[in-house]
Amino acid sequence: MTQPGTASHPLRVAIIGSGPAAFYAAEHLFKQPDLVVEVDMFDRLPTPFGLVRGGVAPDHPKIKTVTKAFDAIAAHPRFRFFGYVEFGRHLTLDDLKARYHQILYATGAQTDRRMGIPGEDLAGSHPATEFVAWYNGHPDYRHHVFDLSQERAAVVGVGNVAIDVARILVRTPEELLATDIAEHALEALRHSRIKEVYLLGRRGPAQAAFTNPEVKEVGEMAGAEVVVRPDEVQLDPLSQAALESSQDRTLHKKVELLQGYALRKPEGKEKKLHIRFLVSPVELIGDDQGRVVKMRLVRNVLVASETGTLNAQATDQFEELEVGLVFRSVGYRGVALPGVPFHDRWGVILNEKGRVLDPDTKQPLAGQYTSGWIKRGPSGVIGTNKPDSVETVTSMLEDLARGAHLQPGDPDPQHLEALVRERQPLYVTYADWKRLDEMEIQRGRAVGRPRLKFTAIDEMLAALGKAVPTP
Amino acid sequence: MKVQSILATKGAKVFSITPDRSIREATQLLTEHRVGALVVLNDAGALVGIVSERDIVRAVAQGLDLQQPVSTLMTRNVVVGSLHDDLSSVMQTMTEKRFRHLPVVEQGELVGMISIGDLIKAQLAQYQGEIETLVTQITQGE
Repeated sequence: MTQPGTASHPLRVAIIGSGPAAFYAAEHLFKQPDLVVEVDMFDRLPTPFGLVRGGVAPDHPKIKTVTKAFDAIAAHPRFRFFGYVEFGRHLTLDDLKARYHQILYATGAQTDRRMGIPGEDLAGSHPATEFVAWYNGHPDYRHHVFDLSQERAAVVGVGNVAIDVARILVRTPEELLATDIAEHALEALRHSRIKEVYLLGRRGPAQAAFTNPEVKEVGEMAGAEVVVRPDEVQLDPLSQAALESSQDRTLHKKVELLQGYALRKPEGKEKKLHIRFLVSPVELIGDDQGRVVKMRLVRNVLVASETGTLNAQATDQFEELEVGLVFRSVGYRGVALPGVPFHDRWGVILNEKGRVLDPDTKQPLAGQYTSGWIKRGPSGVIGTNKPDSVETVTSMLEDLARGAHLQPGDPDPQHLEALVRERQPLYVTYADWKRLDEMEIQRGRAVGRPRLKFTAIDEMLAALGKAVPTP
Repeated sequence: MKVQSILATKGAKVFSITPDRSIREATQLLTEHRVGALVVLNDAGALVGIVSERDIVRAVAQGLDLQQPVSTLMTRNVVVGSLHDDLSSVMQTMTEKRFRHLPVVEQGELVGMISIGDLIKAQLAQYQGEIETLVTQITQGE
């Protein structure tokens, strides 16, 4: 059998997921000279782009401009998008194996890591990932309710997701109006009574994961000011030594920014964004209705491990923080795909350079690959997925050259489209998405906003003129 | 970046040898698996040492009999890492303490080994990712 990749015998690749990792992989495949490859990209949502649409904060429009690069990739004549088609539901692994030479899983990380403390599931305690999805208009979270009548909220974690949540909670309605935040969230936040938001970091300012632009940004908000405790932003000797020997100027700047907040005079702004360091929640405490009313925190000190990592070690000093709304933001977590081996503890698909491995033999499974957060875990920025996907595609190309790929019985792309139409007649193409995109912008323009997102799948399908079958 | 995200793409493979096997066998395993170090595990599976290509070069220079057991050559005080160790601390420690391979333990179980090569590759990917993100934002604009 001839090696697939020619005009008469194109390489057929199925990509599950449509976020950055998926698009960068498609891009790298299309870049290969002398390779004729057809890419079919599937997403369970009608809209593509994964967390670029559903995770990036509404007041960070610049970060979302990466979608223009994705548009360029999608414009390739041998690219097809099938939205609202769910792997495992509309198409099984066997369906794909019969029709593609290679399958790439780039499904990201849809769920959250838990804190693992008592009271975590009290009413009023939520994963930050759900709040973010809700304010970004993700259809699955449209009807979630967050009690914004509380005066105090706590966000556990000091990464960029945590600081995004805190910042959105203290933005003025005018500031939010200028963004593409979902309408229902804008309305709910307009009536928010939250006055104080606490960001809680387990370790010190030199270890906090949030990045400098975000740290600077919270100091420039219309209706809120940052409050830090001078003793908590002062570096301990170990952190100071590590900072100096690392010569990391970005880290120096971050610590400077945080310490700068301790020196600012109170401006009397309505809302306060407190950033606490060296504290960990050990318990959420509820009232007799099962609602969270306070959290118990333990104070930490930093201790060096053998490898030089500074770890938080609990002391015997505790404090209590009264708070009626808690968001845990200690990481995203991947979800297992049906029929695909999953490393449950790490929340990733077990792989070696992107080749999916059989969990028992640790040998690669023919034709199956992974990239992005479901491959390496939820870390890095959007662009980090590019070298990640390049590594995976390199593995795919090596395997292709060795003849180590699937042998699809029916690689005809027209047949695949017919199959999709049969299984999911309401599927959404990229052209359909571009129409939705344009409609969102038009709807936004009508109300003076950059975009007014569709937040329900029915709405999207109706807007596209796709008939939803009556039950 | 944490050790976990590097190990995630290495397939959680651990290449090991027992202390009684010969140094020659160690060279064969290093060559077969294309790695620079092996962890030495006793019969109970416990980590008792590490043997690297540098140790073997030293043995050859000293004219040691390569049939001798690995236990005569291995380093016993092994620095061990964890999944949440961060890349920059580990790189710095490897530089300061002059070793190039770090076995990683999770809940008492050996889950992989990180080499200086892995760290360099990860750091390169991290920089490439950040540059890519910035370039996209600057060139796409609004």
